[in-house]
This record gives sequence, structure tokens and C-alpha cells, in this order.
Amino acid sequence: MIFFNTILPSAISIATIFLFGCVGEIIMEKSGHLNLGIPGVMCFGTLGGCVGVSIFMSSYSSDPLSAPWFGLVLISLLFSALFSLIAGLIYAFLTVTLKCNQNVTGLALTTFGGGVVDLFMSTIDKSYFSYASKIIRYHLPFADSLGAFGKIFFGHGILVYLGIVIALITAFILKKTRVGLSLRSIGENPATADAQGINVTKYKYGAILIGSIIAGFGGLFYVMDYVGGSWENSGTIQAFGWLALALVIFTVWRPSLAIIGSIIFGLFFILPSYVSGISFVTMKVLKILPYVITVIVLIITSIVGKKGVQPPSSLGQSYFREER
Amino acid sequence: MMTNKLFKNKEPLFHVVKRTDIPSWKAWLFRGGAILFGILIICLLLLIMKGANPFVVFGELFNGCFGSSRRTWLTFRQTALLLTVGLALIPAFKMKFWNLGANGQILIGALVSIMCMFYMGKAGVNDAVIIIVMIPLSILAGAIWAVIPAIFKAYFDTNESLFTLMMNYIAEGLVAVFLSAAVTSGSGTLDIQQAGNLPRLGNDHLLTIIVSIVLLVVMFIYLKYHKHGYELEVVGESQNTAKYVGINVKKVVIRTLILSGAICGLVGLLLAGAIDHTISTTTANNMGFTAIMVAWLAKFNPFLMVGTSFIITFLGRGMSQVQTRFDITNDSISDIAIGLVYFAIIAVEFFVSYKVVFRKKAPHIEVKEQNNLVTETKEDK
Repeated sequence: MIFFNTILPSAISIATIFLFGCVGEIIMEKSGHLNLGIPGVMCFGTLGGCVGVSIFMSSYSSDPLSAPWFGLVLISLLFSALFSLIAGLIYAFLTVTLKCNQNVTGLALTTFGGGVVDLFMSTIDKSYFSYASKIIRYHLPFADSLGAFGKIFFGHGILVYLGIVIALITAFILKKTRVGLSLRSIGENPATADAQGINVTKYKYGAILIGSIIAGFGGLFYVMDYVGGSWENSGTIQAFGWLALALVIFTVWRPSLAIIGSIIFGLFFILPSYVSGISFVTMKVLKILPYVITVIVLIITSIVGKKGVQPPSSLGQSYFREER
Repeated sequence: MMTNKLFKNKEPLFHVVKRTDIPSWKAWLFRGGAILFGILIICLLLLIMKGANPFVVFGELFNGCFGSSRRTWLTFRQTALLLTVGLALIPAFKMKFWNLGANGQILIGALVSIMCMFYMGKAGVNDAVIIIVMIPLSILAGAIWAVIPAIFKAYFDTNESLFTLMMNYIAEGLVAVFLSAAVTSGSGTLDIQQAGNLPRLGNDHLLTIIVSIVLLVVMFIYLKYHKHGYELEVVGESQNTAKYVGINVKKVVIRTLILSGAICGLVGLLLAGAIDHTISTTTANNMGFTAIMVAWLAKFNPFLMVGTSFIITFLGRGMSQVQTRFDITNDSISDIAIGLVYFAIIAVEFFVSYKVVFRKKAPHIEVKEQNNLVTETKEDK
């Protein structure tokens, strides 16, 4: 019973960080851009969210818990989106317009994002973060009375559901709409898409910017919901960013699978601390498992070679129209 | 109708063409400017946040790198290490094999050497024996860590950047497993190992520097004059061409990655056996990623890489001194500085390799006949 009462709900909670990062990265990778800057983008999203919360809460300093839920969630999401947008713009400008190497740009963005969040988080007012987190985490009051069922399905803050909804919408758009088809065709072969009259640059920018915003929410969720408004350093967020990159492979580039995949990753992440009687060493071994499984998935998909489980063909390559 | 519409559409304001004619001194001037730009932004940031005098910032940059003989040695050693990792990456990158796993390959090399030092040292084995055992083992470990993704790349075309990236975290995890098994105290950090240390040459730093210089020369000759170097370049240019001229692409990929991983393993050996004498999950100090920058900035040229690895080391070490001076407790300033410099250099690379051509003024375009879609300019006449 402990599994359904405690472990699964908290796995779902931590899964949301992966989910945001993963869905954001899937959108970008579908446009042919391997963004290794995801950890950096998540840092930007975190900083934005925290700045928003800090500004919003400063007007409720006398009674922080009275801050309106809707306003707080909206402001934090807006600010988070705005900051992630900046990170996305940097990446998009360098890789799409200036056709720079994606790996190099991504790694630079990760370094830069980590530095920026570390520097500016030390200057903003964090005193009301724990209150803000309580408000953002607010869940329906009857969830607790429904036992395990309620805890799993209703016991989370709004951001968890937002993540799932975004994943579902993304899956729908990618698979069922014309926009999604165009985006996928760009990822497979930008020259062909260009010849069809699809505006490659516009789509790539769109995918990278939207993907960055979604990924940035992961950082916001981590600080404001998962850890309850406390702040350590950028390293903690970046670790989740790398796991999100792994999750993209694990879920074979499908946002709908990402929901289940992220919960599985979440379970791997927290299970070791719940299983009683295992040694410290076993715990550390279990921590490697997500990566090992990701590698196995990567290998299997490439051996099977089936269309639809492969990385986009032009992943990692810049597109220059005059080159062939 | 159709033709009318076409003529109404203006030529785009500008378009981008490739260029090959830029003199190299100009290109390097651009890149130098980019670095200066990054540092100036940091000066500005510090001026606003801490009221710091830019000249003091510049002074501290040099102070951090060359302020004392120890600092100078450390700067050179760090440059040498970064250069060596870069040398490991160059052959793979020239082949267009994106090895993002140098961190893991270094770490696994370091882990194997530390395990030799730890377990054999405990058993009281002679130092010379430990060293003889640990050198080949750690190099082998690095090679294995790189060759696994290479084999899958060669035979199944598995995406190598994702695979090598994941191998980093597996290596990190293995180090954590070793630490949890070997360290019985609660601290989680391994004591400095006394057994099996590599011989000191004069001081703690010289061995690393000598190894890097030797490797630099060897790698230059290998890439430029050896048949292997030529083969891997052909594979990088076009796999089809390589197949056509009878190069065994699979063999080249696997062979090159063995070399790449082995050098990373060697770096791990140096870190564990000659520098740190201990290990943690961050022993590789992200050099695998930094070296990607270093190699890319140097256009995969081994000798230019001496310069680029020095610049990156200079920035990193100098900026951490700046941080100390202005009471910033985390690595934020050095991260931002390095990130900005990367961005600036990356952006400059565009202007080095491409030219932006603006639309010529409208009167120059003469539309002679409605059915002739080709517009002529005055220059063409």
C-alpha cells in the first residue's frame, strides 16, 4: 500500500520535472535541433519563475498566504516563459540564423544558464518562496479523503496537470495536424520541406522557442513545487535537465509516451530511498539504471530500425539552403 | 496573373552566401574581439552589481592565472589537461563522430586507476607493480568506454552523441558506487591515496605538461602524415566516398574511437595518479565538454588548440579569482563569462564563414519583358 500512498504520488511529482524538459526537447528535436542547452534553459525558466514570484509576493508581504492562487500561478508561468524565451532566442539565433554548431551552442547555453541563475538567485528576495510554494502546490481539498486514488489523481498542484496537458496537446499537434507534419518533415529533411514551400526558418524558430518555454516550466516546477521554494544551486536543476534528454530517447520521441516514461524515471529516482534494507551501494547502483535503460532503448531502436522510433534524420545538422 | 505576382514579390532584403576568401589574420582578429567582448560584458556586470573597477577586474584576471609561481604552474597544467582531452576529441570530430562522452571516458580511466591504487595499495603491493598494472588498465578502460558507442554506430548507426552522453552518467554512477563501497566513513570523500602514485617530475605539474606536449606532436603527425589520419578525414567528408575508394568505414570508426577513448583514459590516469590522488564524481571537471569548445574553436587543428585551451583556462581560472575578490561564493561569474565568450565566438564564426549580401537598390533592377523572369542588373551588362 505504501507504493500507492506515497511512492507513486511522489514519483508523479518528480516526473513532472522530466516531463516538461522532455516534451520541450522533443519539439525541438523534431525540428532537427539537438538542444544540449536544455539544462541551461531550465535554469532560465527557474530564474524567471522566481523573479515573478518574488515581485508578486512583495505586495502581499503582510500576509503572504493570502496571495491569490490564480494570479501567482499565472505570473510565475508568464515570467518563467519570458526568461526561457530569452534562452531559446539565443539558441535559435545562433543555430538557425547563424547556422552554428548545435552541440557547441547547446553546451555554451548550459554553462551560461547555470551561471546566470546562480548569480541572480542570490540577489532576489526569497523570503516568501515557501509561502508561494504552498499556494502553487494547492490541490483539491477532497483529494486526501479519497485515499491512494485521490493522492495519485487529485493530490498534485496545478503544474503537474499542466505538464500532462501540454504533453497530450503536443502529441496531438505533432501527430494529427498539418503543422506537426510540416515540423516533422523539417526534422527529417529540411531541403525537401523547403522545396515544398514550408518556411523552414519560421518553423525552426517556433519549435525552439515553444520547446524552450515548456522546458523552462520544468525548472519553475522544481523550485516552486517539488522542493517547496528552497534554492540550492544550478547543479540540481541541470541534473534533471540531462535526465530529460535521456528521457527523450527513452520515449522514442513521443510526447504521449513521455508521460509514462517520466513516471518510470521518477520511480527509478525515488525508489532507492523507499526500499528498506538495501545497502548504500545498491542504492547507488539503482541510480545508474535510468541511463543504462536509456542506452538499451537507444540500441534496440537503432537495431530494429523501424521508422517512427528513430531520431529525426537531420538531428544535429544545421540547414543552409545553398548547400547540398 | 502568376507573373505579376512574382514581380511584386521583392527580392529579400539580404541573403547569406558562403565565403572562403577571408584572410586568416582577419578571422583571428574577429575571434579575439569576441573574447574581449565577453570579458567587457562581465566587467560591465560587475560594475553594476558590485561597483567594481574594470581595471581591477582585468588585473585580477591575470593575478588569478599568473599571480604566483604556483598559480602559473596550475594554469599551465590545466591548459595541458584540456589540450590533451581536445587531442583525444579531434580525430573523432574530424570523422564527424560527435563524441560527447569524454567526461565519462576520463572518469572511467580515473576510476580504474584509483581502484588499482586503492585495492592493490591495501593489499600492500609494491608501488612499481601497481603503476605497471594501472597504466594499461586505465587506458584500456577509457578506450572501452568510447568503443562501445562506436561499435553500435558502425554497425547499427546508433546516434552517437546521445549514446556517449549517456555513458557519461553511467561512468559517474559507477564512481558513486565505488565511493559508497570504498569509503566507510560518512564523509563520502575518498582519502588521498598514498600507494601507486605516478612518479613526480620536479613538481606535481610537469608530468602532465610533458605528456600533453608529446601527445600533441604525435597527434599532429598521426593526423597529417599517417594513412589513418587521411582515412578518418575522408570518412568525415563523405562516407560514400570513403566506401568507394575502398576504406573500411566501420573499421575506421572503431579504430579512431579506441584512440580517442584511450587518450581520455590517459587523462583520467593523470588526474587520479598524478594530480588528485583521489576521485569524486566531478573529477573530470566537465573537461569533456569544455574540450569540445576548445577543439571546435581551433578548427580541429592540434597546434591552434594550444592557444584555445590556454584562453579557456585563462578565463576560467582568472574569473574564479575575480569571484573571490568580489565575494561571490559560487562559480556564477566564471560560468557567465565563459558562456558569453562561447556565444560571442560562435556568433563570430558565422561572419567568418558566411557573407551577408544586402539587396541592391531597386533602380538597378530592370524588368524588360513580362515573360522573362530573369532580372538583370547593371553589373551584368
